[in-house]
Order: sequence, then structure tokens, then C-alpha cells
Amino acid sequence: MTVSNETVFTPEDLAAVEEIRKRYPTAQAALMGVLHLYTRRFGPITEKAIRHVAELLGLTPEDVLSVVTFYEMYHRPPARWNILVCTNVSCRLCGAGMVLETLRDVLGIGPGETTPDGLFAVQEAECLGSCGTAPMLSVNEEYHERLTPDAIRALIERLKPASPPDAWGGGSR
Amino acid sequence: MERYEPVLLPAVENLHRIDIYEAHGGYERIRKAFTMSPAKVIAEVKASGLRGRGGAAFPTGLKWSFMPAETDRPKYLCVNADESEPGSFKDRQILERNPHLLIEGILIAGWAMGIGTAYIYIRGEYESWARMVERALAEAHERGYIGARMRETFGTDYAIDIHVHRGAGAYICGEESSLMNSIEGLRPYPRIKPPFPAQRGLWGCPTTINNVETIANVPVIIERGAAWYASVGAEKQPGPILYGISGHVNRPGVYEFPTGMLLTELIYDVAGGVPGGKCIKMVIPGGTSMPPLRGDRIEGVRMDVESLKAVGCGIGTASLIVMDEDTDLLDVLTRIASFYWNESCGQCTPCREGTGWMFKILQRLQGGDGGPGDLDLLVSVAGNIEGNTVCALGEAAAWPVKYTIERFRSELEEHVRRHATKRSTGGPIRTLAGSETRIPISSQRENP
Ligand SMILES: Cc1cc2nc3c(=O)[nH]c(=O)nc-3n(C[C@H](O)[C@H](O)[C@H](O)COP(=O)(O)O)c2cc1C
Ligand code: SF4
Ligand code: FES
Repeated sequence: MTVSNETVFTPEDLAAVEEIRKRYPTAQAALMGVLHLYTRRFGPITEKAIRHVAELLGLTPEDVLSVVTFYEMYHRPPARWNILVCTNVSCRLCGAGMVLETLRDVLGIGPGETTPDGLFAVQEAECLGSCGTAPMLSVNEEYHERLTPDAIRALIERLKPASPPDAWGGGSR
Repeated sequence: MERYEPVLLPAVENLHRIDIYEAHGGYERIRKAFTMSPAKVIAEVKASGLRGRGGAAFPTGLKWSFMPAETDRPKYLCVNADESEPGSFKDRQILERNPHLLIEGILIAGWAMGIGTAYIYIRGEYESWARMVERALAEAHERGYIGARMRETFGTDYAIDIHVHRGAGAYICGEESSLMNSIEGLRPYPRIKPPFPAQRGLWGCPTTINNVETIANVPVIIERGAAWYASVGAEKQPGPILYGISGHVNRPGVYEFPTGMLLTELIYDVAGGVPGGKCIKMVIPGGTSMPPLRGDRIEGVRMDVESLKAVGCGIGTASLIVMDEDTDLLDVLTRIASFYWNESCGQCTPCREGTGWMFKILQRLQGGDGGPGDLDLLVSVAGNIEGNTVCALGEAAAWPVKYTIERFRSELEEHVRRHATKRSTGGPIRTLAGSETRIPISSQRENP
């Protein structure tokens, strides 16, 4: 098995991996922490990533695959800004539809789509624990709550000047 | 409404900072616990009547007493901060506003059960809150309240390490045995019980799993005593509790009060009533896994296990979702069904297939293509899931469907008859990302 040259952890990353491993009696338990680290650096988990992480932790690729395929967060679209809109009950009652409409209006995309420049991806999400401050969305895990159309527009304006994913390093997959 | 002084989320500014927490009696309760024997601490928690706040309301002291006192295996505590039950947003408040109360609770629980390592399992999306907890843990470390230096700080032989473990977006990981598999780095399928976690938990070792809010109650019990605690709120499920109120209310939010508050009091006095003075069609009192109540039947019903049981309901996470008279029930029910279908781990057939069938039938009804027999079909599918699965997600999926149909039959029949497709408030309910990877079973997506 060869380790991919495309996505190699820096010495700093490897130190972080060591820190994670120390929390558990087995290397396997460090898997989710390492996958989080990996997604933060390189985006969604690919086959290469699976082999790389397996080797790093002394696991089989199948061990890693069976975990990777289970979780939603390891498969976010490779956009600079990942927008999750909660459409579960409380948000639904309080205007999740408005949030999706406004996003479609300003970004021209709906759930499951990414803007052509790779800056924004929109997804519907399950309850994110902001039911009392609905409607809400999160951008790369940062929560924005009690949304109004104006607040959404202002937020998107603020995010737009960011560099596209290629420059950021998130688009190298 | 009687006066109540919050103890889990007191109105103290910047309480999340360790200096402020200490100035308000913080880390004194663990000192007090250390003057008591572990058995005495467990007895005190038992006597307090505290019941778990994670959904099942299991007596906490009893759960702790299942842990073997004498064993040469390591023992573990898992604090459940997965908080993914739709409608629930209360644990997050503790992580944000009073993380040291949680940490102190873990110390006391650890001392009581002789636990050397605790994991706080925080849902992946709560990245900001995981950071807040990490910061609090670092502060506590620095002061020698956790880790090896505890022995100097408190002059005891006892020490505990506390780590954060982050989830990655899967509701099922809140189920305690799934949570343990998730920590171990295995595919997080729930485990068949018995054996129970106290016998064989994390890495086959004795383990206790408790909700964030449950653990946050422990320092309060030690400080004020079991007798005080037992005198607060409902007799069979006493203590302070965090009510999360959302949906069609004027002042949604998390509110701390004693258990056993009237639903009407919570909705009208605490949360300011329904916008536009509308009537209430339906209330889900404990997160979407619990059977819903008709709005015209909530008078006199109290938020505690016994009172809710009497009306065919459960307290769950004490998260009330209020829906006004204009709510499209079919839309809500379809969305709930799509949630459980999306989140089923796919391990057992009745749940994996049944959740998909219920979702498809509801979608069909919502699209105006349903038939008069569909409601009975739904009830039948729900009945075949209930009681036939490895974990309680089966019931969580079955109950909303079964009881909404039972309690709103004529309205839903009318809906079907008119083939009415009211405009849904959140757009069409689509299948969510992630489900394909989790359940690679082709029949899952076929029409029943
Ligand atoms: C599908 C499912 C999801 C659950 N999610 C959570 C959760 O997010 N948080 C939680 O504390 N308990 C959750 N539970 C309940 C746990 O299995 C467990 O009972 C609880 O954490 C025990 O803590 P307690 O005794 O302090 O309430 C869930 C249960 C099921 C069946
Ligand atoms: S009931 Fe559903 S979620 Fe629970 S183990 Fe079975 S398939 Fe998985
Ligand atoms: S329902 Fe949207 S955050 Fe809970």
C-alpha cells in the first residue's frame, strides 16, 4: 500500500494526530478525530484519504471505510462555504422555506447544488439544535440564527469576497 | 407562577469563565463530595430522585449503582452531548453558559463510580460548543481540577481525565451503545442489550452513559442535599429541568423551571403564547420521538413522566414544539418520517425498511396520490417496527406516525379525501445528503 503524495499531513498535523491518539487506549478510537482533521485540511474523504488514514493508524482500509461511509460530515461538498439549512420541524414552522428561497434568490442554487465558482454549496440539514432561534443556517459549522431575508443577504455579501476553493486548498481533491 | 431561582443556568454573567464560576461556589461541591464516600454519593443521588434528562428518564442513582465497585478493569463515563433530537436545544446552553458545572458534575460522578476516564461526546455540528468545552477543560486543567494534579489539589488518591470526542453528523450516535461504538472508532451500529454498559461498555469495560443536563444536576444535589432536590417539582421526577420551547410561540427559548410545570403555563406565560393569538393544533412535548398531543387536550397536563404518561405521551428531552391551528399536519409528519428514514442506521430490517415505507406513503399522500387505505397502512407499518428493533429509534420513528394518525384521524382523512396539497412551508421534502452512503440497500428507495 502506498501513501498518497497528494494529501500528506504536515509535522504539525502529525503532532495533532498524536495528541488525539493519547486520549484513547486504542488507535482505532482516534479514527474520527483524524478524519475530522483530514476533512478540515483537504475536504471530503476520498479513497486515497481512506488508505492514507488507515496506514497512519495501523488499520485496514475497510475499518476506515465502514466509518467514513456512515457519517454525513465526511462528505460535505468541496465548496469554500458549506451552507446547511435546517428544514426540520421547528425551523419549518418558522420559515426554513424563506431561507431556501432567499438563498436561491441571491446564489441561484437550491439544496444539493454548488455555485459554478465553487464558493457556495447549499444543503438541507436535520435539526441542528437551534430550534428556539429558528430559522437558522450554518456556514462551515458557524451558526446563524433568527434569520431574516436581509440578514441572509448581508451574510452572503460578507462571504463572497473569499477566495475560491482552489486557492484555499480545499479544492485539491 | 411561583418564583424560581435557576441553578443550572443561573443569571450570572460570564459564568463560563472559571474565575466567575469559582466566585459563585464552583469546585466547592467536588470538595464536599470528596468528604463523602463514593457509596454515600451514589446514595445521595439515588435519594434525590434525579432521573436522566436524555430522553428515557432512567433513575440516575440506580444506573450508577450498577457499576461494579470492585474491578480491575478501567471504568468509563460517557457524557452524551449528541443533542440531535429534533426540537432539542438545551444541552447546548449548558456547554455554552455553564461548562464548569458539567465538568464538576463529571468529577463527582467519576468519584462516585471510581471512573478514571470520561468522554464528552459532542455532535459534530457543535464545533463552536466543542471549542467552548475544550477551553473550559483547559482552564480546569490549569487549576489542577482534572488530571493527575487533582491529587495535589484535593489531597486525594483519585484522579480523572476528561476528553472531548466529536461526532460527525449521525443522529443514531446519541443512542448510548451506538455512541460507544462511535468512540471506539467502529461503525456506530447500536449494540444488542444485554449486556448493559455497566457490565460491558467501552472496550468491554464497565461504562456509564449520562446526558449533559443529568450530570449538570449532580453538583446541585451535592450542594443542596437530596432532600432539597427531591422537594423541587414533580414528586416522581423531581428537580430543576431545562424546557426548550420552539415552533409557534412568541418567545421561544430554553427556560429552567422545576419539573411538572403545566404545558399551558409554559406555552402561554413563559413563552408568551401563540403569535396572532391563534389556537394550538398540536404540541410535541418531548422532541419528535414522542407521541404528539392535541392542542385541545393540553389543559391540566404537566411536564413530568407520570402526568404525560397518563395522556399517552412522554417527556423525552422536555422540548416542546408548538404548532398553531394553520399547521399542515401532513407536512410535519412527512418531515418527521423523512428524518427517521434518513437517520436509521440500517442495521435491522423493520426499521430500515419500515421508515422508508412510511416516508414514501406519506410523500404519496402529501403529493395528493394517496388512497383511503394509506392511513391504515401507515399504522400497520408503524406497528411492525415498534418492539421489533435493536434500539429505540424504531419506536421513535413509529410513535409520531401512529399517534398523530390516532389523534388527528378525521383531519388527516379529510386531507386525503380532498387530495389537497397545501403548499408546504419548507419546500418539498427531499431525501437528504448522506443517506445514500449510510444505507446502501437498494430496496430502501423503492416505492412500497
Ligand atoms: C435514537 C436515539 C437517540 C438518542 N439521542 C440522545 C441524545 O442526543 N442525547 C442524549 O443524552 N440521549 C440520547 N438518547 C438516549 C441515550 O440512549 C441514553 O438513554 C441517555 O444518554 C442516558 O442518559 P440519561 O440517563 O442521563 O438520560 C438517544 C436514544 C436513542 C434511542
Ligand atoms: S432500530 Fe433502526 S437505528 Fe436502531 S439499530 Fe435498528 S436499524 Fe439501527
Ligand atoms: S428544527 Fe431546526 S434547528 Fe432544530
